[in-house]
Amino acid sequence: MASRAVDRRGWWNYFAAQQATLLLAVIILIVTVLAYLGFYAAQFHHLPNSFAWDSTITNALPLVFVGVGQGIVVLTRGLDLSVSGTMDLTNGLAATHMHASLASMLGWTLIVLGVGAAIGLVNGLLVTVGRLQPIVVTIGTMSILQGAAAAILPEPGGSIPQAYTNVLGNTGSPVGLVFVALIIIAWLVLRRRPLGFALYAIGNDPQAAAANGLNVARARIAAYVLSGILAAAAGLFLAAGSSGGDATGGDSYLLASFAAVVLGGVSFRGGRGSMVGVVCGAGVLTVLVNVLFYAKVNSFYESFYQGLFLVGAVLLGLGVTAFTSRGRRGGAR
Amino acid sequence: MSEDAVRSAVTDDVPQSGPESPAPGPDSALLEAAGISKSFGAVQALADGSLELRRAEVHALVGENGAGKSTLIKVLSGVTRADGGEVRVDGRPVRLDSPSAARRLGLGTVFQELSLLPWMTVAENLLIDQLPRGRAGLVRRRSLPSEAEKVLAHFGIETIDPREIPERLSLAERQVVEIVRALHRRPRILFLDEATASLPKHQVDWLFETIDRERSAGCCVVFTSHRWKEVEQIADRITVFRNGRKVATRPSLNESEAVTLMTGRRVGEIYPPRPRAQPDAPALLEVEDLHADGVDGVSFSLRRGEVLGIGGLAGQGQRELFLSLYGVRRPGGGKITVGGREQRIRRPADAIRAHIGIALVPEDRKGEGLLLPLPIRDNLTLPILRRLSTGGLVRRADERKLVEGLMDQLQIGGGRRPTEAVETLSGGNQQKVLVGRWLLAESEILLFYDVTRGVDVATKHDLYELIASLAAEGRGILLYSSDTDEIAHLCERVLVMREGRVARQLTGAEVDTEKIVAASVMEEVAANG
Repeated sequence: MASRAVDRRGWWNYFAAQQATLLLAVIILIVTVLAYLGFYAAQFHHLPNSFAWDSTITNALPLVFVGVGQGIVVLTRGLDLSVSGTMDLTNGLAATHMHASLASMLGWTLIVLGVGAAIGLVNGLLVTVGRLQPIVVTIGTMSILQGAAAAILPEPGGSIPQAYTNVLGNTGSPVGLVFVALIIIAWLVLRRRPLGFALYAIGNDPQAAAANGLNVARARIAAYVLSGILAAAAGLFLAAGSSGGDATGGDSYLLASFAAVVLGGVSFRGGRGSMVGVVCGAGVLTVLVNVLFYAKVNSFYESFYQGLFLVGAVLLGLGVTAFTSRGRRGGAR
Repeated sequence: MSEDAVRSAVTDDVPQSGPESPAPGPDSALLEAAGISKSFGAVQALADGSLELRRAEVHALVGENGAGKSTLIKVLSGVTRADGGEVRVDGRPVRLDSPSAARRLGLGTVFQELSLLPWMTVAENLLIDQLPRGRAGLVRRRSLPSEAEKVLAHFGIETIDPREIPERLSLAERQVVEIVRALHRRPRILFLDEATASLPKHQVDWLFETIDRERSAGCCVVFTSHRWKEVEQIADRITVFRNGRKVATRPSLNESEAVTLMTGRRVGEIYPPRPRAQPDAPALLEVEDLHADGVDGVSFSLRRGEVLGIGGLAGQGQRELFLSLYGVRRPGGGKITVGGREQRIRRPADAIRAHIGIALVPEDRKGEGLLLPLPIRDNLTLPILRRLSTGGLVRRADERKLVEGLMDQLQIGGGRRPTEAVETLSGGNQQKVLVGRWLLAESEILLFYDVTRGVDVATKHDLYELIASLAAEGRGILLYSSDTDEIAHLCERVLVMREGRVARQLTGAEVDTEKIVAASVMEEVAANG
């Protein structure tokens, strides 16, 4: 019996099989941006100026960061509901404690990120060592954090130094792009660390990952820690963007973070997807608000259209995945 | 009296000499496991698991399903922690509390349930624990495929693309990747748990050549298989397990001795007399020019009381044929006539309700039919609850009578109660539950797809008898098996498939193992069914 040679296909085929949903996220982002340009130009007869771009990007930053954190946890078949509580607490902390000195700004940035890491560590330990369901653990920590945030900042207020806002929440310069670039680079590095492979492996099949000698518990804890740190960063961006604190400011980001993960093409069954896609998803959600605004959609119907858009994107993603994952044997399995 | 004293007193009673005790010496035992026990809840999977392995040997581990082989292998791989017992490697006691601990000791395993990561590339799967690193310790993702290609080529595999994801590979290809991954880690002891179950013949040959090479290199290969021929062909020594205990270790065994040791009783002829349909029996199922993904124009008719075999090498469209008849795959064209009426089958519900009913008993019990955590009763009555209900409520007494009668008839699970979960049953008994379900649903056409894969000898025997008696009761049975012997012994007519077509039909005296195998590999198309 002659052995059959490998039926080689182009790199595109393999890329599409693994990354179809990422491609879809990029395409959806492009389409949304084009729609935005179209509606904007129709109204003002010119394209958006750099201020419009900069402010859109700056507005997207909290969602980009919290979304990527959520995406990393979802990649491991988990979910992190506490991100909203973390954002509440951290933007409150920054608004009440940060002063206009470099030391204070740097110091409190590190403290806040540390708090995020600690929250993630607690979540991760309860999920792995405590063997509790992620939804139970993080719903608990979410409530605790929301309470703590309300105690620190009972009503919206506090202040963020202008210098800090100029760096993290500047709507007058494209500095926001730098942060987007930073998180993408950080993700690409993580993706090439053994931890990155472990995150994917856990999401593919935790038992198989363990049988392969991977430290499943450690990688899973790391995912929650990263999510905590990124949610804390999102809290800082939120505070800087609004130049003040709000102990409920993070709450709307919980569902939005999942929406960004969905639009980004990360599978809720874990193990598939890219955080670059989540960045795109966060971009889509932010631009979509502008699209609806310039399309003169009544703001009462905004969430209706957002939901419609989300469901459509999910269906599209399913179709694309089903199409590209068909095997040589017509999907023999 | 201390515990040690008790133990030595006990061992003193047992004669130390005998053919089974190894000659003491520096290279006698590579690994010794003694008195390993493990319980899952109330089920004792291992009572006294013992095993002694030497360098450069192929050691077969045989026993019925549930005899404790897989559990022992899992313990020795660090996946399952034993409740008690001792393991020594190179004479030193070791702790096997994680897969990585086992790997550090040079123990590698190919598990029965595949452990590939379905959405990561073959390359990533092969190299996950030794990823090629470049600058700054980052993994060179670009060079993963070429590195993996070298690994695959080293073990003589050139037909699997390292950039592919397991999700898009066939079962046999996934098994090969799994084996290569274990080999690549250069284990001193390699456990292969039912590694040949999903491999076609030429890949079994490849595996045995590879095992041979590993043995010459000093590796010890532990091998479990339900195919006795493979055990005879490759094993240097054979250890038999029964009810969680080691029964014997022998340099050689013939099949009937082995069956006696495995079951503790003598099993006579393993196959029942070949069922025969009446020559003028009416056709239950007629298929004309059926097309589907992987099926390229198949026609046949299945008579009442007939066991019709579908033979051929693995992956020639048999699976696709079965799945399209059951409506899992949508047929691309052709005519299906059930009991004289033409039917359109687009989903399993269509097949189940198609006039006299078509039912599939697949090899993948949990994936394609059974609800494992639910009771045996519920699994049996699921499709007929409507019939068993009055005013939307299930008549529990009727249900119980029906279920108990059936469990008795099929000998499901030896004394299990109908309320026990299906997952507590062995694989062969789960298979019987699935058959029982279709009997209750009164399906007259039964599609048996490789139902004895990974099933122990005694249960195989039960399944053969069941198939024969179902045919005798007037049902029509379509049977595919990766074990050609089964088809040869159970069918009076065999369609040999090749590349999605019926390449040859064998009837009467032509139906024997050699002729089926010959027809499977012969290039010229002789006749058409």
